[in-house]
Amino acid sequence: MTQDPHIPFGMPRPPAPGFSASVPDAVAGNGLRAQEEAAPLPVSIDVEADARASGVFDVIEDLDRELVGLDPVKTRIREIAALLVVDMARRRFGLEAERPNLHMCFTGSPGTGKTTVAMRMATVLHRLGYLAKGHLVAVTRDELVGQYIGHTAPKTREVLKRAMGGVLFIDEAYYLHRQENERDYGQEAIEILLQVMENQRNDIVVILAGYRDRMDQFFSSNPGMGSRIAHHIDFPDYDLDSLVAIARIMLDRQRYTFANGAEPAFRELMSRRMTQPRFANARSVRNALERARLRQANRLVSDGRVVTRDDLMRIEAEDIYKSRWFTEAPGEQVLDGRTVPTG
Amino acid sequence: MLVTQGTFSYLPPLTDAQVKAQVQYALDNDWAMSVEFTDDPHPRNFLWDMWGLPMFDMRDPAAILLEVQRCRDAYPARYVRVNAYDRRLGRQTTALSFIVQRPKNETGFRLERQEGPDRQVRYTLHPYALDRGAGERYER
Repeated sequence: MTQDPHIPFGMPRPPAPGFSASVPDAVAGNGLRAQEEAAPLPVSIDVEADARASGVFDVIEDLDRELVGLDPVKTRIREIAALLVVDMARRRFGLEAERPNLHMCFTGSPGTGKTTVAMRMATVLHRLGYLAKGHLVAVTRDELVGQYIGHTAPKTREVLKRAMGGVLFIDEAYYLHRQENERDYGQEAIEILLQVMENQRNDIVVILAGYRDRMDQFFSSNPGMGSRIAHHIDFPDYDLDSLVAIARIMLDRQRYTFANGAEPAFRELMSRRMTQPRFANARSVRNALERARLRQANRLVSDGRVVTRDDLMRIEAEDIYKSRWFTEAPGEQVLDGRTVPTG
Repeated sequence: MLVTQGTFSYLPPLTDAQVKAQVQYALDNDWAMSVEFTDDPHPRNFLWDMWGLPMFDMRDPAAILLEVQRCRDAYPARYVRVNAYDRRLGRQTTALSFIVQRPKNETGFRLERQEGPDRQVRYTLHPYALDRGAGERYER
């Protein structure tokens, strides 16, 4: 058995007289506050320098660069960040204001970047000091709602505790509420969520995400939830140009490039895909690229010739034209009853 | 009479901010936390009742304080403590354990003498609180 050299044996001794009186201040809390109040208030603050120092705008600039389109979303996030920076500055002048309500709702179709933005939001809030840790815990109904009586509350609380100090991201939050079954355990999860969203506002930020119309319906049947969420951000669908730009960024990140003629082919592919059911924006782009990579690999192997570094990096137009969306007539795959992969 | 059991028990009661700082220290060391309560103050009683399961994978002290508060609300007149378990090989033991709530009136102990053979006397401590039934040992 090993013994930590820093831990002495034996019983602790009673403290020397006078010791206990000086300790509480030194441990935490009281002493700090007293110091803060004693310090003279600043006359003026350079808000922008403050924000730069916290590194918030770096995160937002990253967001601008890495996420294509989504202008309304970026504007809203900039506004929220500005509000928080100003709120911080006000606090330094001693203008105590209640901590702003930070719970949010992200609505939009699948693949429009809700999770990615939520992750960035967690970082922004952490940099500004509104969240102690700034991690993201993404859950769905399954992780919150139990299967029998008495199962839901501990389960929900466990998830909430794991998310403390960070962001709890609830995907497809409307599934928590089942209108057709009033004894559904989802209601219990909602009540615990509400309670924690209200009482532990300083420790956790809850972001709900899902389709716009179903989210609206969810809020209308749970008015308590709607009123506790301050920021409703709508994620618009991407247009064709954005999708192609996203594809370019994704390929670049994986060290691939489009060969001549492959990009128009991809644009054509996307314009066909967009009109089909189960189109999932950026996720569909990723899936299409994955399959193009498969076909590229297959082509390189079956050609049986020596490949160069360039060959390995290039995705040709033929890799894309072999897609199901070109070879099969649209509509057929829905009618013939086969399971069609999404994307 | 102040029951001194666990770390910091000679100090004045910790404030919530201080508890939070200690929990943060434990989390930084990757110790799993748990909350326990009892109304049997005997110093040899180290097996307290568990308040829920031990908490793994926690990132923020707010999570542990939430459970502490729930336990305090449920048992306002009992001892509540926070344990931190160090799972590292070679240690594998409770690394930190401190009381975060005690009953308002700690009734103390009486000394009991047991007559043994040969006029031998055995001494034992008996908490006055134990004379009452479980659950009503301390007034609210």
